[in-house]
Amino acid sequence: MTTVTLTFREALNRAMCEEMERDPSIFLMGEEVAQYDGAYKVSKGMLAKFGEKRVIDSPISEGGFAGLGVGAAMAGLRPIIEMMTWNFGIQAFDQIINHAAKMLYMSAGQFPIPIVFRGPNGSAHMLAAQHSQTVEGFLTHVPGLKVISVSTPADGYGLLKSAIRDNNPVIFLESEMMYAFKGEVPEEETLIPIGVGDIKRAGHHVTVVAWNRMLHRVLEAATILAAEGIECEVIDPRTLQPLDEPMIFESVRKTHRCVVVDEANSFASVSAHISDRVHKECFDDLDAPVVRVSSEFVPMPYAESLEDRVLPGVDRIVAGIRETLY
Amino acid sequence: MKQDLMKQKSKDSALSKDFLVQLYKDMILYRRFEERVHVAYTTRRKFAGFCHLHIGQEAVAAGVQHALRPTDYMIGAYRSHTQAIAKGIEPKAVMAELFGKVDGCVRGKGGSMHMFSKEKRFLGGHGIVGGQVPLAAGVGFAIKYRGEQDICVCYMGDAATNQGQFHEALNMAATWKLPVLFIIENNRYGMGTDIHRTTSVDHLWKRALAYDMAHSQVDGLDVLNIYDAVKATADGMRRDNHPHLMEIMTYRYRGHSVSDPGAYRTKEEVAEYQAKDPMNMHGKFLVASKLATEADLAKWDEEAKKIASDAEDFADQSPPPGEDEIWQHVYAE
Repeated sequence: MTTVTLTFREALNRAMCEEMERDPSIFLMGEEVAQYDGAYKVSKGMLAKFGEKRVIDSPISEGGFAGLGVGAAMAGLRPIIEMMTWNFGIQAFDQIINHAAKMLYMSAGQFPIPIVFRGPNGSAHMLAAQHSQTVEGFLTHVPGLKVISVSTPADGYGLLKSAIRDNNPVIFLESEMMYAFKGEVPEEETLIPIGVGDIKRAGHHVTVVAWNRMLHRVLEAATILAAEGIECEVIDPRTLQPLDEPMIFESVRKTHRCVVVDEANSFASVSAHISDRVHKECFDDLDAPVVRVSSEFVPMPYAESLEDRVLPGVDRIVAGIRETLY
Repeated sequence: MKQDLMKQKSKDSALSKDFLVQLYKDMILYRRFEERVHVAYTTRRKFAGFCHLHIGQEAVAAGVQHALRPTDYMIGAYRSHTQAIAKGIEPKAVMAELFGKVDGCVRGKGGSMHMFSKEKRFLGGHGIVGGQVPLAAGVGFAIKYRGEQDICVCYMGDAATNQGQFHEALNMAATWKLPVLFIIENNRYGMGTDIHRTTSVDHLWKRALAYDMAHSQVDGLDVLNIYDAVKATADGMRRDNHPHLMEIMTYRYRGHSVSDPGAYRTKEEVAEYQAKDPMNMHGKFLVASKLATEADLAKWDEEAKKIASDAEDFADQSPPPGEDEIWQHVYAE
């Protein structure tokens, strides 16, 4: 397959542009998405390409424009709503949780809500407590939502296209720290199905599950351990709701060990859920309890040294993996 | 004076006898339906949960509906049984929904607060105060996006105007000139709290001033007045795609919900409003104008009671949804 090298933001931009060219009912709305080209330049050039009818600068009013998107979806459009960051997206949780997620069910199937809420999730660098949160723990909890969290430009491209075509509300989690990452993306139009994980590195000693930015730290840890002859199988679920459980279970049945790395706080998180599922479904296959490496249970501090300590660092990930290897 | 004015209106060719009679028939149907719902809930214990009745406010549902086109959209809050019927959902499907039965308009999955009909463009039935207001802005956005001539009516109660989402939605609707008619049904009480105890402005239409939005206040005790106001407003909105905030002054006779005894207001106050009941006033007008006789009114009353009673029979006979329905409609294909 021929590929092109794209940054994360270019890959996401390409996905949106291809879909908007295909379907005139798709529009993009969010803070600074049009004239400013996006706070992180993900929508660069889209105003020029699609015009102000379809690429719309919103007021700073997350609950309002998220709700506008849900209403537009009820009336037959397919909105892409950009959250400048998911920290601001918390303002829109009423619309996402109470309205978008439940509309199909409450209306007994009459009103599907084909909408994508997308934007950067998780910590960046020295942004402190209100700008460093992860939302997948909150949102994977809600029936009716699909939640995607991507780690590479190719996955971002293929999964954003699928998210836009999906007839459900899809939460699409990116990362400020990854927008400039470069990667190989198929030159030909490609869709990645929602709910299918990806083995980012094959191995046979221990299964390590991670997504979004943590995936890259896990790959670093795997390289360090490989030098000692420890081969990690690194699984990127890519979609957290629904979760590709069969891929995780199959790997654990081979390696007999499992570590889950999660940028969220550990209590009642996605990693807690994966750990529970692996213990239940792979109990007889496990040679060690599942280990979770998460952020410390504190609001994110500002100071660089403290932020580094709170997040799952490569050292803590390596230590977590070693914990299963006895 | 008001009666004379209405007589005058009745001579208007646009307001035919049939139309004036239909307004009465609609209002009495909504009244008898809700009374039946109340008894089914309290005395006969046919269902539980929250149940917010529209009794006293029927003129709003009737007056607004007749001023709209069938293709116009409507979205409301949780006091919406009669709005759903006005928009075209059959009374029996509303009653079956209240009873949690499979023949309800949303198969027993929504209940009192969540009635929907895609076909009739009734977009709910929403239970979070003010949450439906941005949705209405989105419907208006879609109408404008496609260049259609419809409008979206968004009902809300007086207390919803203190929610942040109300203000966010009004700002967007006014900025982008979205064809949404925001209707505040001001029944004076947000649950048990007099709206003036929690609101900085004396009139809720003033909320529109902050957004340079067209606005009006309408006497909701006069059904023709409501019809005229909504018709003229909707015509203007279709012409030049703009939103409008309309405050309709109304009153509910029952509690906020069935379980509310209404200790926060006097019996005299309720009686005062009931003495000028919009449905009865319209009936008197029909008789005085020789458009109907007392016997006609009694006959229509019986017809309304029959529809409500048949709706209850239908709901009784409808089965509860099967267990497999639990898993349906969580995600769309």
